[in-house]
Amino acid sequence: MTHVTPQEPGVVERGRVRTGTRPPHPRDGGPANGTPPRPRPRRRGGATPWLYLAPALVVVGGLLVYPVYQLGLISFFEYTQAQVSGGEPTTFQGLGNYAELFGDPQFWQVLLATVVFAAACVVSTLAVGCALAVLLTRVRAVPRLALMLAALGAWATPAITGSTVWLFLFDPDFGPVNRVLGLGEYSWTYGRFSAFFLVLLQVVWCSFPFVMVTVYAGIRAVPAEVLEAAQLDGASQWRIWRSVLAPMLRPILVVVTIQSVIWDFKVFTQIYVMTGGGGIAGQNLVLNVYAYQKAFASSQYSLGSAIGVVMLLILLAVTLVYLRLLRRQGEEL
Amino acid sequence: MNTRKPSVRFLGATTVAAATLIVSACAPQTSDNSSSDKDEKTGTLRVWLFQEVGNKPKEKVVDSVVAAFEKQNKGTRVAVEYIPVETRAQRVKAAFNDPKSAPDVMEFGNTDTAGYVKDGGLLDVTRDFGDWSEAKDTDPTARQSVTVDGKVYGSPFYVGVRALYYRTDVFDELGLDVPKTMGDLATAARKIRAARPELYGIAVGGAYTYGAMPFVWANGGELATGKGGSYASAIDSPEAQKGIKAYTSLFSDDNCPAAKCAGMGGNDTVTAFAAGKAGMAIGGDFSYAAVEAGKVKGKYKVVPLPGTSEGSVAPAFAGGNNIGVLKSTSRRTLAVALMQQLASKKTQSSMFEAMGFLPTFADVRGQAAAKKPYVKPFVQTLAAGTKFVPASPAWAQIDSSLVLPTMFQEVISGKKDVAAASADAAKKMNDAFGSAG
Repeated sequence: MTHVTPQEPGVVERGRVRTGTRPPHPRDGGPANGTPPRPRPRRRGGATPWLYLAPALVVVGGLLVYPVYQLGLISFFEYTQAQVSGGEPTTFQGLGNYAELFGDPQFWQVLLATVVFAAACVVSTLAVGCALAVLLTRVRAVPRLALMLAALGAWATPAITGSTVWLFLFDPDFGPVNRVLGLGEYSWTYGRFSAFFLVLLQVVWCSFPFVMVTVYAGIRAVPAEVLEAAQLDGASQWRIWRSVLAPMLRPILVVVTIQSVIWDFKVFTQIYVMTGGGGIAGQNLVLNVYAYQKAFASSQYSLGSAIGVVMLLILLAVTLVYLRLLRRQGEEL
Repeated sequence: MNTRKPSVRFLGATTVAAATLIVSACAPQTSDNSSSDKDEKTGTLRVWLFQEVGNKPKEKVVDSVVAAFEKQNKGTRVAVEYIPVETRAQRVKAAFNDPKSAPDVMEFGNTDTAGYVKDGGLLDVTRDFGDWSEAKDTDPTARQSVTVDGKVYGSPFYVGVRALYYRTDVFDELGLDVPKTMGDLATAARKIRAARPELYGIAVGGAYTYGAMPFVWANGGELATGKGGSYASAIDSPEAQKGIKAYTSLFSDDNCPAAKCAGMGGNDTVTAFAAGKAGMAIGGDFSYAAVEAGKVKGKYKVVPLPGTSEGSVAPAFAGGNNIGVLKSTSRRTLAVALMQQLASKKTQSSMFEAMGFLPTFADVRGQAAAKKPYVKPFVQTLAAGTKFVPASPAWAQIDSSLVLPTMFQEVISGKKDVAAASADAAKKMNDAFGSAG
């Protein structure tokens, strides 16, 4: 390990390299304000880079662009099972599917529930994940290993299995949780908020390990000297996190946040399994389950596609706005 | 900050490219599922039947039918495949989408008939059915379940109806009489719950549409009125609302607490009864094996679900399965012949012996009831008159988008009153009838 002092931008760079957001390149120092220098522009041969990129682009095009294109295309047609199997002709609807979707009050209700629920999940996941990552750095090897193994176990558990187990834990008749808490036969899935809360617990449980492991790796890359200096200055644990770790881990936090937003906005299995396909009278529907009901349960593929396109646009917008905000603050990814 | 420019430019280019693609696009893929004009007299016939819980006896009956059929038709082979009920929707859709991998003959749920016809998957066998000597004994409800717009698309395979299961030991202990009206039923349920708080009086489920509908029908309500292409929902009529009220009033702490029962479906209520957690339940003839295997074996009886007045029977939903021929078959004559043999009186009679499936022929069913007394209440229920869902392709959509469970659950959980919930449900049903015909 080379000796580095905290003032050098290379410190920040190391954390960054690990996130994989940009390839490492040799550097010869840069401005000392923590912002890494821009890479030197490389303008060698117009076609060559594209040639190297071509295989990746073909794969991305085939696996990403084409399905998205089909999704968009289908959303402009009347496309149900009858059309797919040739029982009726396919007709162009223009924005008809979107008009139907936006005219449906249930859609807006579901959208709102999805946004609020996803936000709650993201915040909880990040809080739990970061807290445990810090904890990991503070405990001895054995408890650390135990925590790691527990987290990896949660991570490796398939969503359906995890959801079923959580549902059982909170079962009004046989669940141990109600017995321990003395709640009697309280049904968690009956009330709208308690059902969402139960699902939130499960979502956090199965997605915090990703945050924890990633952030933990980031913290390990922060040189001990920096933390030591902060401690010598008498900073509290919270203060160290807020003023030292969080800024240095920013790129990592950005990645896990975006990942969590996308992940939690698209949550399907947990809701589908734990609330029995959307809860009592559909009170726990989120967009993905709603789209599934439209597209597959009732074979209205075109309407389902329209929901898919709307979701895609929302996620794209959220991600872009988020990245932009970060850029505004003078940080580069 | 000029590092971000290329990405924006790239994004712009992609957007433009995508937009161009969409504008110049042709329609999404559809399959060419026209009926085949070939009618080969030899070769392999592919058959899809449902995989039941404990499928062996069914296979045995089918095997003997197939052996006889192959003997009659030289050069013909029959390949039978048992498909899981849970994934049937995907399998059938796939079969309609790709005629090459589709079967020639298949079993399907009778509520799916109209939807499959609209999807263009089923062959019109009106003439063959009319020419078939056994068909005249098919009971009218079963016949209705294969009929769409006056044309016949298959042959009924078996019927399933629900009746009232009750615990004889609990009734004796509390000195209760078997309920004779729906009012009695509710009173008895509350008495059971009061005396034995660990039991549900009658196990009911907010997602148990076919257990709830008899209450609506008994009160004179209907799911929808109309015929053929033009149905209109009637779920918000005063009679239907009375039935909804009667059913949803059973979801209370003095019978089946809403917090637990609102989310239950039909299987959950039968499971609760079989596990000895309910005094009564509405279960089908097809639930008999499950209840027999439960804790309550020997401690229960079945009677037809009582109607509103003494001595009447609440109309039950006539569920069941049919066997049809796919439009894409290239062996029409053989496939229709096989369909008839699979759904014949003889097969249905052995199928009843093997699986307990109630025959769709009135005379065969009579013989069955004489042999196995447990069938009697179900046969009585059928004889008293049954109801069927609207023979409209919209039904599949109404069913799968949970319109009725949502309505019941809205009332049960107190989110809406009966009038508002049924009006919403009626609107959703009418939208579906309007768009799907």
